[in-house]
Amino acid sequence: MRADWPAIGILAVLAAAPFVGFGEGHMLTLLSRGMIFGIAAVSLALIVGGAGLVSLGHAAMLGFGAYAVVILDKAGVTQAHVVLPVAIAAGAGFALLTGVIAIRTAGVHFIMITLAFGQMAFFTAASLSAYGGDDGYTLYGRTEVFGTRFLENRLNFHFICLGALALTWLVCRLVLASRFGRVLRAARENDLRVQAVGFAPYGYRLAGYVIAGGLGGLAGFLLANSAEFVAPAYVSWQRSGELLFMVILGGLGGLHGAILGALAFIFLEEYLAHAVGEHWRMVFGPLLILSVLFLRGGLAGLPMSLRGLRRG
Amino acid sequence: MSITLLLVQGLNGLQLGILLFLIAAGLTLVFGVMDFINLAHGVQYMLGAYLAAAFAAWTGSFWLALLCALPAALAFGLLLEWLVFRHLYDRDHLSQVLATFGVILFLNQGVKLLWGAAPLQVPMPQLLSGGVEIMSGLRYPVYRLAILGTGLATAALLWLVVERTRLGMLVRAGATNAPMVAALGVDIRRLFMAVFGFGAMLAGFAGVMAAPILSVEPGMGDNLLILAFVVIVIGGIGSIRGAFIAAIMVGLIETLGKSLMPDLMRLFMDASAARQTGAALASMLIYIAMAAILAVRPAGLFPVRG
Repeated sequence: MRADWPAIGILAVLAAAPFVGFGEGHMLTLLSRGMIFGIAAVSLALIVGGAGLVSLGHAAMLGFGAYAVVILDKAGVTQAHVVLPVAIAAGAGFALLTGVIAIRTAGVHFIMITLAFGQMAFFTAASLSAYGGDDGYTLYGRTEVFGTRFLENRLNFHFICLGALALTWLVCRLVLASRFGRVLRAARENDLRVQAVGFAPYGYRLAGYVIAGGLGGLAGFLLANSAEFVAPAYVSWQRSGELLFMVILGGLGGLHGAILGALAFIFLEEYLAHAVGEHWRMVFGPLLILSVLFLRGGLAGLPMSLRGLRRG
Repeated sequence: MSITLLLVQGLNGLQLGILLFLIAAGLTLVFGVMDFINLAHGVQYMLGAYLAAAFAAWTGSFWLALLCALPAALAFGLLLEWLVFRHLYDRDHLSQVLATFGVILFLNQGVKLLWGAAPLQVPMPQLLSGGVEIMSGLRYPVYRLAILGTGLATAALLWLVVERTRLGMLVRAGATNAPMVAALGVDIRRLFMAVFGFGAMLAGFAGVMAAPILSVEPGMGDNLLILAFVVIVIGGIGSIRGAFIAAIMVGLIETLGKSLMPDLMRLFMDASAARQTGAALASMLIYIAMAAILAVRPAGLFPVRG
């Protein structure tokens, strides 16, 4: 329970943010973007940190969720109680289909095969010319909640994202603490021993991968609604790399690290784009390298590292 | 689809395969010997092309540009190794992926800053411009044939070095069991550096050769890098022979798929739908091939480590 306080603290700060000076439009948009990527990052942290499965194709799960919104929108279906379950099922379904093959491999090969599946999703998205192809698709309105335009209000959307983030964190937290999660973590440490005890890690890993995929679909649903626009760039391998970076920037020590990492990433990106201008990646790239080299525990591990320094 | 078109596409596919092999060779050795995932290997290819463009504009000669670009690419590779990569050898793959991803972001933006976002053109050398008739009524550019020949010669040379020299023996031993090689008294760090610099130069060489026929632009290495990873994973990590066979395979599948798939699809559906699905399927073909091969042989076609 003690380990949960940082996450609860972050969620509480996010809940208070609109009322303590972060309530204007642009800031709310940025915060909701941060929380959406927080959902994606937490779901990725579940498989990277929990199961030791480093996926370089997680953006595809978001893409499936986002394109579910687009495809249903084009078909005239904009009701949340239909769109949301479909988006989650799309992410989970893609994870199941690709996971069946990908989980058979391990280590570097897993990184590469998830990258390959991500690329397949990318090229599929780019070829959907009915939905804009390379140029993307603009949604004319956000998904409706029981016939009302509830999501159009920025403050409402902020709390929807916050609720989804809290739910995602809770689900992943409970999964990791359960018997299922223990097997997952044990298999990450030593696959052979887990097999010797009598578990088959394959099914556990696949189930974890599918859960992460479904949560990725949820993030994709929110992302499509936040930007009111969906493009194949959402599924690019660079986006998957950024998601991994959020997880590592935050630190793998706990799930709250992923939330921190996503928020820090979004705000850093925004700040650099303003402060440096067009060539902000020139600064961002080296920062990324430095954070990997020196920030080993991530942002979440920072207090611990500082305490260690002070003690010498 | 006529026989001549098939022949031309086959040659184009071989040529893509050769370029891929030059990139994948360095990647697979670095990966195999040092267990180091270098996402930034693709920017070495891009840098080779940009260096060729810069030197060609400066000296006015493709050959001088080639002569200057190769050592420059080598020097830049060693600089990157010394600055960044050296500190990542002992880290997990995740850290390596991320740090080298940072290098990509930096360098892609860097060339945009230096040379602008617009594609650059590199003039073709006079000696190799023009075409040659390879079949009645079919002319094929000499330069593309030259790439094919140079690439094959480089591959043969590489094979000779890796299979027949002492250095090559150390590299192969390192790919199989690096700690054991170090324990036998070989300075593994220096071996790493040599392999790394050599791999960077090969990728740069591929970039120089591709510069006159492709547009030189920021991010041009990213797509090829992904293809090169597919190549080394299919071929088996650390295996030069595997990289060669897989590179040719991927080059052919990619090129022939793009021209044949839409026609093939037309057998099942109407023209516009066929063009669309055909293009999408063609882009996916190599990934499907990779997934299929990994599903059957999780360590690739020619695994080095038993």
